[in-house]
Amino acid sequence: MNSPNHASGQLAGPMLGNTFRWWHVLASLLLVIAVFFPLLEKNPSHQNLVILMLMAAQLGVAWNIVGGYAGQVSLGQAAFYGLGAYTSTLLFTRLGISPWLAIPAGGLVSAGVSVLVGWSCFRLKGHYFAMATIAVAEIIQVIFTNWDYAGAAVGLNLPMEEGWKTLTFSSKEPYYYLSLALLLLTLCVNWAIEKSFLGYYFRAIKDEPDAACSLGVNLRRYKLFAFAISSFFTALGGSLYAQKELYIDPGSVLQTGLSIKMALVAILGGVGTLFGPLFGAVILTLIEEGSRILFGGSGRGTDLIVYAALIVLIAVYYPNGVVGWLRGFVGRRNAVRVGPASGAAR
Amino acid sequence: MTLLRVENLTKRFGGITANEAISFEINPGMIVGLIGPNGAGKTTLFNCIAGSARPTSGQIWLKDRNITGLPPEQCAQAGVARTFQIARTFTSMSAIENVMVGGFLFDRSVSRVRSDAMQLLGLVNLAHQAGKPASSMTISEQRRLAVARALAIRPRLLLMDEVMAGLNPTEVREMVAAVCKIRDLGISCLIVEHVLEGIMPIADNIVVLDYGKKIADGPPAQVSNDAAVIAAYLGDE
Repeated sequence: MNSPNHASGQLAGPMLGNTFRWWHVLASLLLVIAVFFPLLEKNPSHQNLVILMLMAAQLGVAWNIVGGYAGQVSLGQAAFYGLGAYTSTLLFTRLGISPWLAIPAGGLVSAGVSVLVGWSCFRLKGHYFAMATIAVAEIIQVIFTNWDYAGAAVGLNLPMEEGWKTLTFSSKEPYYYLSLALLLLTLCVNWAIEKSFLGYYFRAIKDEPDAACSLGVNLRRYKLFAFAISSFFTALGGSLYAQKELYIDPGSVLQTGLSIKMALVAILGGVGTLFGPLFGAVILTLIEEGSRILFGGSGRGTDLIVYAALIVLIAVYYPNGVVGWLRGFVGRRNAVRVGPASGAAR
Repeated sequence: MTLLRVENLTKRFGGITANEAISFEINPGMIVGLIGPNGAGKTTLFNCIAGSARPTSGQIWLKDRNITGLPPEQCAQAGVARTFQIARTFTSMSAIENVMVGGFLFDRSVSRVRSDAMQLLGLVNLAHQAGKPASSMTISEQRRLAVARALAIRPRLLLMDEVMAGLNPTEVREMVAAVCKIRDLGISCLIVEHVLEGIMPIADNIVVLDYGKKIADGPPAQVSNDAAVIAAYLGDE
């Protein structure tokens, strides 16, 4: 046995140090570019594409809290997205409540409903929990499709009264900054969770629930907490969508495909990683929009086939997501640099 | 004053009686071995004390608190820690992070919990592996990691399920050293063990189960000469 002390020190030290600095440089560079992007790129359709990426990333980060960190795969997050969009829109259009209050209210409604749903659904484990969340999302979609006060199948329109008071704009820039701010807020909350005891508890619940339980972790309480936080931020994303499009209906904010997309963004980027969903959102949005532009004209759904095929390819060749692949890459590079000692430690 | 008192504990699964009217006591700072042939009901009894299974009848007292039928997380809060037959390591974490999960039960400060966890890793001789991914540790290391993790909840009683099974003689010695250090901290240990060589030299008391019933209870020397125990292990004439 040759000094394990030495080898493990080398493995942990430079690997963590390097990735850490690497993230810092990349993140601050991206942030600077993100802040100045609308000033450099004036084309509204290009701006819109980046807004779509930011919004998808925010939903992926929110999904990751419950699905990635805590390992409770919800495939019904569209329900909470839609609940957020509907709550804020109804409060604004029917009761005249400012979006600044209506949007957080939508988040709270969603978080509340997610606690009710989770209370019963968290009795189920693994795939069965995922199936239950799909069922719940379908039920909520049916309710809103038939609920006249909420516009039923016709949907709801938001009035076009431009300004920060109503959070409605004719240009793209304000929406760009709103979605960027929401993404940053969600990332900050996710980061704070990851660094606190909650991050440890969530990962423990995901890895070994029985062991977590024996260490005094109340499984249901922390699963519910992860679900509620995730649903809250998913709902904020839904409300932002409503403010941007000025029109919502069950087909746009409550459809199953949306739930799948939120999970895909996180899974393709890197499950249970802070920045993974950012990569996932960029890739997925590019594939989605690109295949639509290139193949969408046929009207036969060719774009969706290409979209699905590319996702299958990524899932097969990069099962750990982009961040997993990058970590493997950085790890291998360090292993080579440090020499055979760290190889032995692995 | 006794630390753990098990009174007339019975556990049935349908028509099968896994534990029948078992009573015994553990004093503070004691190492107690729970032994018996395969299927004797050791793990069931163990699960009842740890809260993973609810006894059909009977009571379990920790000091003056009745912990009968409490869920595992409340048993942990009351002061009962446990390890599992398979290590159940948190594989996405490093060694020290595994221990920290336990530490958060009574302290939510990450930095304090981290330094406490480091001390516990030292106790089980894993301090030099603190940053290592737990998934890449050997079985023996993962067993000791599980012990450190259980100690992080600051228990009064530590339950260890087959903690020495499948280890080589060197690894058994390391584990025995760790158990003695834990006892010296004033924490009582209840060790389920299938292999007698590891537990007999260090135990203050041995409880022997066979077919769900307690057939002997006493110091190792006395128990190993007990006619009923010999019959259970070697068979009747």
